Amino acid sequence: MYRITESRRLTPEAVLLKIEAPRIARKRKAGQFVIIRVDETGERFPLTIVDSDPSTGTITLVVQEVGTSTKKLGRRRTGESILDLTGPLGHPTGVKKWGRVACVAGGIGVAEVLPVIKAIRGAGNIALAIIGARTQDLIILEDEMREAASELYITTDDGSYGRRGLVTDVLCDLINNGSIPDRVFAIGPVPMMRAVTALTRPYNIPTIVSLNALMVDGTGMCGCCRVSVGGETKFTCVDGPDFDAHQVDFEELVQRQKIYLPQEKESLQRYEGF
Amino acid sequence: MQIPRQHMAEQEPSERIRNFNEVPFGYTPEQAKKEAERCLQCKNAPCRDGCPVEVDIPAFIELIKKGDFSGAARKLKETNSLPAICGRVCPQEDQCEKVCVLGKKGEPVAIGTLERFAADWELKHHPGSPSPSSSRGARVAVIGAGPAGLTCAADLARMGYRVTIFEALHQPGGVLTYGIPEFRLPKEIVKREVENVRKMGVELKEDQVVGCTISPEELFRDGFRAIFIGTGAGLPRFMKIPGENLNGVYSANEYLTRVNLMKAYLFPQYDTPVIRGKKVFVIGGGNVAMDSARTALRLGAKEVRIIYRRTRKEAPARREEIHHAEEEGVVFKFLTLPVRYRGDEKGWITGMECLKMKLGEPDESGRRRPIPIEGSEFSIECDLVVVAIGNDPNPLLPRAVPGLKMGRKGTIEIDPATGQTSMKGIFAGGDIATGAATVIEAMGAGKAAARGINIYLKLSG
Ligand SMILES: Cc1cc2nc3c(=O)[nH]c(=O)nc-3n(C[C@H](O)[C@H](O)[C@H](O)COP(=O)(O)OP(=O)(O)OC[C@H]3O[C@@H](n4cnc5c(N)ncnc54)[C@H](O)[C@@H]3O)c2cc1C
Ligand SMILES: Cc1cc2nc3c(=O)[nH]c(=O)nc-3n(C[C@H](O)[C@H](O)[C@H](O)COP(=O)(O)OP(=O)(O)OC[C@H]3O[C@@H](n4cnc5c(N)ncnc54)[C@H](O)[C@@H]3O)c2cc1C
Ligand code: SF4
Ligand code: FES
Repeated sequence: MYRITESRRLTPEAVLLKIEAPRIARKRKAGQFVIIRVDETGERFPLTIVDSDPSTGTITLVVQEVGTSTKKLGRRRTGESILDLTGPLGHPTGVKKWGRVACVAGGIGVAEVLPVIKAIRGAGNIALAIIGARTQDLIILEDEMREAASELYITTDDGSYGRRGLVTDVLCDLINNGSIPDRVFAIGPVPMMRAVTALTRPYNIPTIVSLNALMVDGTGMCGCCRVSVGGETKFTCVDGPDFDAHQVDFEELVQRQKIYLPQEKESLQRYEGF
Repeated sequence: MQIPRQHMAEQEPSERIRNFNEVPFGYTPEQAKKEAERCLQCKNAPCRDGCPVEVDIPAFIELIKKGDFSGAARKLKETNSLPAICGRVCPQEDQCEKVCVLGKKGEPVAIGTLERFAADWELKHHPGSPSPSSSRGARVAVIGAGPAGLTCAADLARMGYRVTIFEALHQPGGVLTYGIPEFRLPKEIVKREVENVRKMGVELKEDQVVGCTISPEELFRDGFRAIFIGTGAGLPRFMKIPGENLNGVYSANEYLTRVNLMKAYLFPQYDTPVIRGKKVFVIGGGNVAMDSARTALRLGAKEVRIIYRRTRKEAPARREEIHHAEEEGVVFKFLTLPVRYRGDEKGWITGMECLKMKLGEPDESGRRRPIPIEGSEFSIECDLVVVAIGNDPNPLLPRAVPGLKMGRKGTIEIDPATGQTSMKGIFAGGDIATGAATVIEAMGAGKAAARGINIYLKLSG
């Protein structure tokens, strides 16, 4: 059992949780994730470690409630527990001094990119954060982002906050204005990562994406998380989750994320009591 | 007094393919006593040498004959910490029963079924029997709660050591829990056997991926004096043929883990889904392939075929498993090799192309090598494929111990007599050292390593 020391709603769709896991809190590095199982009938599913506090022995997770598992977790209150928590899993994000680095994130990817931005700046880079959401209410961790990044750009699809448009519009402008970043990180929904990849390809800007393949064990034991990178099959959980964006077969990733659409729907309807 | 070998009653094939309950029911006490009477109580008891964990076979059989079922179970437990499991999944036909004197003329004593009977009796009537040792011995860390790790831990606890098992998954048991299906090895049995190991004073920590959560170096720093690595062979092999990442192509590990560990056969009560194919192909000829095929039937498949590149004779699965699969309606397609999968525009599997094979000269395994017949390509339709062509050792832990001497196939090199690796204080055994093998061999390796660790700790003071 792993105790939740804080559960705080960020937006109508996202919840921040702090959970006791002293070893993971000490060891985790940017880009790593945990596998969670909320209760006895629950799935194992991955969440990025957004932050940690070794002194209190807690890790911070931010969960977007999209289906049964994430809703179960989102509804756990401060003081309650979850059954299983395993990590830190996956390779940490490789960080060096590159110069100017653009970190592009959409939706829940904003939480996932936060530790990467901190690591990038820690290595002496200038980190430009470009974050987006559908609408103002769904923007998360703005204060934390402002503090962590060298510069922060915000977009909303409906223009309710920041610039109207997509995160790729900002990246496009940067490139067109001649301030081409030395490296780009993109984390978020696949269409967004794909668009960023298409944008940086002609300029040969090294681009790293963090892939959110479906997972079960998270230790390389099942192959559920396999993705094609540069024509080779990789296991996201142990070979990634970060990969060279220009080598990733996004089409396959999108298809594989849809394997269980009907079952996910059935499960959620049952959970919500329809 | 010619008593015939006693057979367990079983669920009818037509009935059992609609549920996940265990197939055989086990002996009744009368049957067990009758079968025990067949044993000749040989002086030299060759059966005993056929057992990797050295069970005193005639002694426990004699106790069953006398009706002292509890005594028989205790006798088993002197050397075998998981008898209810071994009685179900061990290939006795290749071990104790293979060398049983009765087998020379007729049928050998049903040693495995007797073991199962006595162990089940004890679990049912005296579930709490083992007593925790209040030991103050040196601390030993065991990595992996599969049969190798559980056996090593239990034996060390018996010797007075303080043992902690670190297990990566949320449940102990290794393949016994995530791989072998409920209808062959009920998870309740595994749970109770593991519970007995716990009652011996062994501490079990789940959710600990050693190499990620904690490193072997840290274990030594935390006061563990020796480490046993029993992390198994959990890395699924793929064939590296086109279309292998299509939706509807599973590794056997994923398919079985979803169904067994995550209980996807009870979806939606359990949250983990699994694809229920109608026309399912399972690639491979081992126990894993049989388990996958029989699982597919129970998940409602109309047609299940096993595609194997050699013939029935070379198939490494237990005869009993092939027999069970056939009884249930699984169709075998021998001498067939898939070369590519076909999919639709949404990325779902629709079928595959195969080559016909013929057998050539024997290869290094002694089995005749399958050779493709030119121009024999043909195509078949399906909506689910399970790839069960074997597993390799998971490199995650060895990578975290850079000094460890590794074998050719990603196995850890050990001295089989002691389990000693190339590094001081680190021992290993089971599938991680041999490559995918059997439950009882893993247990034998755990036992040998427990002795090796004992000697090592005695010598190093
Ligand atoms: C390495 C990694 C890190 C992740 N980090 C986070 C995180 O920090 N915060 C967070 O909220 N989510 C994160 N995810 C995604 C998260 O694991 C899934 O959203 C979750 O498993 C969905 O489970 P569910 O039962 O709630 O929804 P389901 O019912 O399984 O799915 C509902 C819908 O959500 C989408 N979905 C499901 N699984 C994924 C997935 N793996 N990636 C993207 N979309 C998915 C699909 O469109 C699906 O139809 C991460 C995924 C990976 C692989
Ligand atoms: C489907 C299937 C059916 C089988 N049927 C039979 C049968 O009928 N009869 C038979 O004799 N054999 C059978 N086998 C083979 C048998 O199960 C194995 O040989 C045996 O389980 C090996 O035991 P082990 O302890 O070495 O490894 P495993 O059983 O694989 O256990 C290893 C454990 O270590 C854990 N682990 C791995 N890495 C780490 C880490 N880094 N940190 C912590 N823990 C870790 C794993 O999660 C696992 O729990 C079957 C195998 C499969 C897959
Ligand atoms: S060899 Fe057969 S008959 Fe002889 S003791 Fe062993 S089980 Fe009994
Ligand atoms: S999640 Fe099972 S191998 Fe990656």
